[in-house]
Amino acid sequence: MSFKDKLLSSYIALEDYLEFDSPLHDVRNNAIKIFEEEGFPTKKDEAWKYTSLNSLLKPNYSIYSNKERNVELQNVRKYFLHEIDTYKLVFVDGVYNSFLSETTHDTLDVCLMSSALNKSKYKPVIEAYFNKVAKSDSLTALNTAFTKEGAYIHIPAHKEVEKPIEIINFSTGNEAAMFLQPRNLIVVGENAHVQIIERHQSLSSNEVLTNSVTEIFAEKRAYVDYYKIQNDAETASLIDNTYISQERDTVCRVHTFAFGGKLVRNNLNFYQKGEHCDSTLKGITILEGKQHVDHNTLVHHIAPNCESHQDYKGLFAESSVGVFNGKIIVEKDAQKTDAFQQNNNILIDDKATINAKPQLEIFADDVKCSHGCTIGQFDEDALFYLRSRGIGLKEARALLMYAFANTVLESVKIPELKVRINKLIANKIGVSLGFQL
Amino acid sequence: MRMSKYTEDDLKKELETKEYEYGFYTDIESDTFPIGLNEEIVKAISLKKEEPEWMTEWRLEAFRYWQEMVEPDWANVHYEKPNFQNISYYSAPNKKPKYDSLDEVDPELLDTFKRLGISLDEQKKLAGVAVDIVMDSVSVATTFKKTLAEKGIIFCSISEAIKEHPELVKKYLGTVVPQRDNFYAALNSAVFSDGSFCYIPKGVRCPMELSTYFRINQAGTGQFERTLVIADEGSYVSYLEGCTAPSRDENQLHAAVVELIALDDAEIKYSTVQNWYPGNKNGKGGVFNFVTKRGLCEKRAKISWTQVETGSAVTWKYPSCILKGDNSIGEFYSIAVTNNFQQADTGTKMIHIGKNTRSTIISKGISAGKSQNSYRGLVKIMPNADNARNFSQCDSLLMGNSCGAHTFPYIEVKNKTAQIEHEATTSKIGEDQIFYCNQRGIDTEKAIALIVNGFSKEVLNKLPMEFAVEAQKLLEISLEGSVG
Repeated sequence: MSFKDKLLSSYIALEDYLEFDSPLHDVRNNAIKIFEEEGFPTKKDEAWKYTSLNSLLKPNYSIYSNKERNVELQNVRKYFLHEIDTYKLVFVDGVYNSFLSETTHDTLDVCLMSSALNKSKYKPVIEAYFNKVAKSDSLTALNTAFTKEGAYIHIPAHKEVEKPIEIINFSTGNEAAMFLQPRNLIVVGENAHVQIIERHQSLSSNEVLTNSVTEIFAEKRAYVDYYKIQNDAETASLIDNTYISQERDTVCRVHTFAFGGKLVRNNLNFYQKGEHCDSTLKGITILEGKQHVDHNTLVHHIAPNCESHQDYKGLFAESSVGVFNGKIIVEKDAQKTDAFQQNNNILIDDKATINAKPQLEIFADDVKCSHGCTIGQFDEDALFYLRSRGIGLKEARALLMYAFANTVLESVKIPELKVRINKLIANKIGVSLGFQL
Repeated sequence: MRMSKYTEDDLKKELETKEYEYGFYTDIESDTFPIGLNEEIVKAISLKKEEPEWMTEWRLEAFRYWQEMVEPDWANVHYEKPNFQNISYYSAPNKKPKYDSLDEVDPELLDTFKRLGISLDEQKKLAGVAVDIVMDSVSVATTFKKTLAEKGIIFCSISEAIKEHPELVKKYLGTVVPQRDNFYAALNSAVFSDGSFCYIPKGVRCPMELSTYFRINQAGTGQFERTLVIADEGSYVSYLEGCTAPSRDENQLHAAVVELIALDDAEIKYSTVQNWYPGNKNGKGGVFNFVTKRGLCEKRAKISWTQVETGSAVTWKYPSCILKGDNSIGEFYSIAVTNNFQQADTGTKMIHIGKNTRSTIISKGISAGKSQNSYRGLVKIMPNADNARNFSQCDSLLMGNSCGAHTFPYIEVKNKTAQIEHEATTSKIGEDQIFYCNQRGIDTEKAIALIVNGFSKEVLNKLPMEFAVEAQKLLEISLEGSVG
């Protein structure tokens, strides 16, 4: 039985188990129909030209975990941003873990998708926002059909959240192969501020495939600062679908740090629905071995006077493959748009590959849109300069790599997180620098 | 003052009423085949052209591939697909001329060319251009043949080449664009009626610009010409191609194939000014231009494509370079102008296979009216292409808010020593730029022409002199009064 058939038949089982009066009943049914028709994307789909899911669909994945698994705090403490106090939403094999989490209902809601779906007091929010910005492509639809658990974050108007919120998904490897589909909904009210850190972590070498969907709604003047840390085990694959809807005067920033995993596909979509929006998409990708990371970004400028900034840096070693497919659409009414996209890549080894497709689709005339894409090597002169001053080759290269990635790193607003990522990068390129950048 | 009253609306009106200047129809009796396409028609074309058997077989093979293929629909253009059974695949002027001098040519035909502004005599005298004119697919007049023959250069129609130089045609035809390359290339391979053939022997520098002028005349015909240019080791040639079509309400189809072969140390410069009928201001009629152009570079060879695309209702065209030999160079310079309801999806492919290969892409897109203009390009660095270098620049200029500009650059790199730079910008003509010109007594329309010229200069500079002047004029005509 193919993975698709298995999913379709487990959906039938899921449907029996869910109550029929749920407002999501029709949404789920429509979604599974889309998935049934379209199936998993193949390389023939233009958006998946450079990334094949074939190898990921072979293992016999468990779709549900049987029971709540426990993980010891001491074993996973390093995956938290433990230097500072944070709200935490921890999921183990797709099941909420209350012991490791720190939720709240005090003025803001940091809680679970499952309770938001079941409790009537959340019904208006779910009806107003759930699945309203997510596209109906087959993978997103698959997640929608199986929506069960994930983070539910609702920040009321004018609330500045005092500490970051961490969303962490662990997989324990108790199943031979696990398929996870977290579903997150984040609603940031008018003039509210929030910082969120998202992480997927596999704790064993068993196969994990995560198909995650996150919807973020930024109401007027809201500020959303979102960090994705992808430093998973080499047997873990991630398809991340994130949709951000921006009302007027909002600022939304997403930083993606892709260092790990077997195959990672980031579908990051911004929709600017009101005037004077500001969107920032930044990322650092450092890969080795046979890793494959595909950044697929979309910034849809619908309203006038908005800005968007994209900056993606990639370092590719060994036989790794990097893909960058950045699309900017400027609608007819989106006059005075200022859209900028930059993608710089360095290939370190002979077998590494980079495929880039920066795309502009512009229908308005009074706009400033540009993109730049480069693929190259380290500047030999710069390397020589450093070495002539007594810095070893490895360190000199590391310094240049830091400098290369720094434009992304410097805009990280949580200092402890910045230190953490610095360490990750140092670790990744195998040097310890005697100073902090 | 007239200038101050000259508003955007006036400009728009003037633009809309601007008729296609080359929209006339020459009344020359032609020999046209019945509509439709089948093996019989393919055989008949071959027979009509008195082709040897191997050629007939080659065509039939292409036709069989074509039957199995589907029309591509990935391009960013929308149009009603032509019914391929509704087209006449062969049309030739009846009085088949074979002249040594222009005096013998049908005066009506000469008049046609005069109206196009390419007076043969003048070009002969002043520009030193040898012109092989293809009207509705059959080569009508070839000039300067003798001068070229002295140098051993073969410049003739492809049908002539098939008869007189079968060994060259057999060796190179279909090597760069195989019969089954794509839908239109297969169609062209099956039914091509004529085209140009050019062979430059070893070490010869062609003393003049070779030129072909294409023109679609007959109603309901498709133009399928085939061009094959071979530059032998160490030779140089500059080739010009210009195209126009009379205005017609129905869509005419143009599916050409151009193959360039640059052997070791050779250089080919291929320039195109395309001005097919773009349809009227409501988007009715116009030419569908589906062209496959590709060049192959051997060691240290260089191929340079320059194109000015102002016509056609739909353009689907990607002049490409296969940089097979080490140290070879590919260049692509393009200006694509779309107005009213025109749609263009054009760009290039640079395939780096050899070591130390270099390529440059400069593409300038100008969209006005309700048109859509796309750049689609591929830069591919193969694993063995050490030290490959590419620079790409795609600039778009938008006039008005009903048009669109799109870029679809694909970059695929499999070698760590590659250096790739790609940049794209989109902008409009600044009010301050216009104001600056106005202030100095240049009226708005002239100012736009000036700014567009400046925008396109990098590409215009690459055109041979005579063409550059014509191209500049074309730009002005196509964009007259598009913005205020």
